[in-house]
Amino acid sequence: MRPYTAQPEGPSPFPSAGGPQAAAELELRNVSKRYPGAASAAIEDLSLTVPAGEICVLVGPSGCGKTTAMRLINRMIDPSGGDILLEGRSVLNRDPSELRREIGYVIQQVGLFPHLTVADNIATVPKLLGWKRARTASRVDELLELVGLREVQGIAGRYPAQLSGGQRQRVGVARALAADPPLMLMDEPFGAIDPINRERLQDEFLRLQEQVRKTVVFVTHDIDEAIKMGDRIAILREGGHLAQYDTPQDLLTHPADEFVAQFVGADRGLKRLGLTRLDEMQLEQVNGGPVPKDRIAASTTARDALSRMLTAGGGALAVVDDDDRVQGIVTVDLVTELLRDPSA
Amino acid sequence: MMLAAAPQVVIPNFGGNPHSCVRENHTICWGWLRDNWSGTLWPALRDHVELTLIAIGIGFAIALALALLAHRHDRVEHPVSIVTGIIYTIPSLALFQVLVGIRAFGLSRTSVEIALVGYTLLILFRNTLLGLRGVPSEVVEAARGMGLTRRQILWKVEMPLALPAIVAGLRIATVTIISLATIAAFIIDQGLGAPIRDALNNGLFKTELYAAAALAVALAILADLVLLALQHALTPWDRRDR
Repeated sequence: MRPYTAQPEGPSPFPSAGGPQAAAELELRNVSKRYPGAASAAIEDLSLTVPAGEICVLVGPSGCGKTTAMRLINRMIDPSGGDILLEGRSVLNRDPSELRREIGYVIQQVGLFPHLTVADNIATVPKLLGWKRARTASRVDELLELVGLREVQGIAGRYPAQLSGGQRQRVGVARALAADPPLMLMDEPFGAIDPINRERLQDEFLRLQEQVRKTVVFVTHDIDEAIKMGDRIAILREGGHLAQYDTPQDLLTHPADEFVAQFVGADRGLKRLGLTRLDEMQLEQVNGGPVPKDRIAASTTARDALSRMLTAGGGALAVVDDDDRVQGIVTVDLVTELLRDPSA
Repeated sequence: MMLAAAPQVVIPNFGGNPHSCVRENHTICWGWLRDNWSGTLWPALRDHVELTLIAIGIGFAIALALALLAHRHDRVEHPVSIVTGIIYTIPSLALFQVLVGIRAFGLSRTSVEIALVGYTLLILFRNTLLGLRGVPSEVVEAARGMGLTRRQILWKVEMPLALPAIVAGLRIATVTIISLATIAAFIIDQGLGAPIRDALNNGLFKTELYAAAALAVALAILADLVLLALQHALTPWDRRDR
């Protein structure tokens, strides 16, 4: 573990935990799972590779086998066929308990231990691994900081019943990260949280991921969450068939078939606009010309900008940076252009 | 027994020279209590605690083993429930007599303890199993997912979380056994049942009867409070008042 350096001046709720840490490539190779007596397979010949440090979202309608696929990875269930490789090494001939200690695991209901304090919950895997007391204690402290809970007075000594839903979920993430695992499995981790807090937790997790750079397998049934969280998205359909495995941009631009097109929604064009921020676009330059008096922040997505322009009657907006300096002008045409350009 | 006998008819032998309070069988004779505490009541109380502790200790060990087995193998639950349930319903006097009739046991402490242990099993088994089954499935799922072994899940997660239910069972069983153990006096001259029996045989000698009964009640209440305090100490997370 890297030594932790505090950065009290940082405004971010996640001060640096010390740069990127080890992540592992994950490969599923022709994996299948059939339950005895079941008419069809739960997973059928599933192959996909998640590059180290990326978030892969498994998404699909209920019964598509996305949770099953995830649980195969840490051997909560064993596959009927195929192989699963973590950093090139098969997980199938490893001791399941030892394997799971190297894989962070977050579930929707969190499953914190009600009889242990927040600190002891987070320390679970380090204790299993026989870490020294002092090392465990400083790691717990570091993780509380990482998930933005350290400023909550006395949080380490509280029991789960004394926490809010969002706090519990943050502790769950901290607990999964405790032993610095190269891979994280997250099964609908924000599914039980109200929409406003869910969005906050999603944003926090993405910021956290920028620091820890884990390989993450993230299961959800919500395509919007998938598009937001995923570096890559695997859309599964009934029977664990992989319908498409692509980046969010490619998935929205070129859905592989009718099923995918329908699943991502008729508004997939708008969803694509949601992936691009104004500061990533080729804006119209001012060049001494007139500047629209309505302003919009450069960090806004093209989708939200379009919504503003349409609401305001189609007028152009001045795009400004954090210091209120005008960066350029965005128009409805420019945004439409974004959709027409297949390389966007 | 002649419970209905008038006090004047039977002249009890209280050994020596009884106070007038004892002769006239007043409700409470403090002098008698003072004179007989160390010779009669205290030994009876001490034996009573011993009878209870042994019964609860052995009963809990057996019930815990059965509950752990039933927790892992569902099919164990039904037969264990039936057998312990039947034992529980046997009238205690009858059970004592049956055990006394077995040559190996006879009029011994063993007979008494076997019967008392038998009565603890249903309560302790049921409560322990319910406690283990009451552990939220997502907690066990998370524990497995983090790499706890089956044994670690049982001892570090399931048992601590089952503690409130287990202690609840211990409380009921303990109070039940403290009450039941008075009947042991029909077999052995031990426990608070002995002075009660003697008081009944001595023309319903009130002081001894009330004193022994009060001690049994006080013991039951104290035991219950001690177990409750123990549960509070062991389960700091399970406080409603937070």
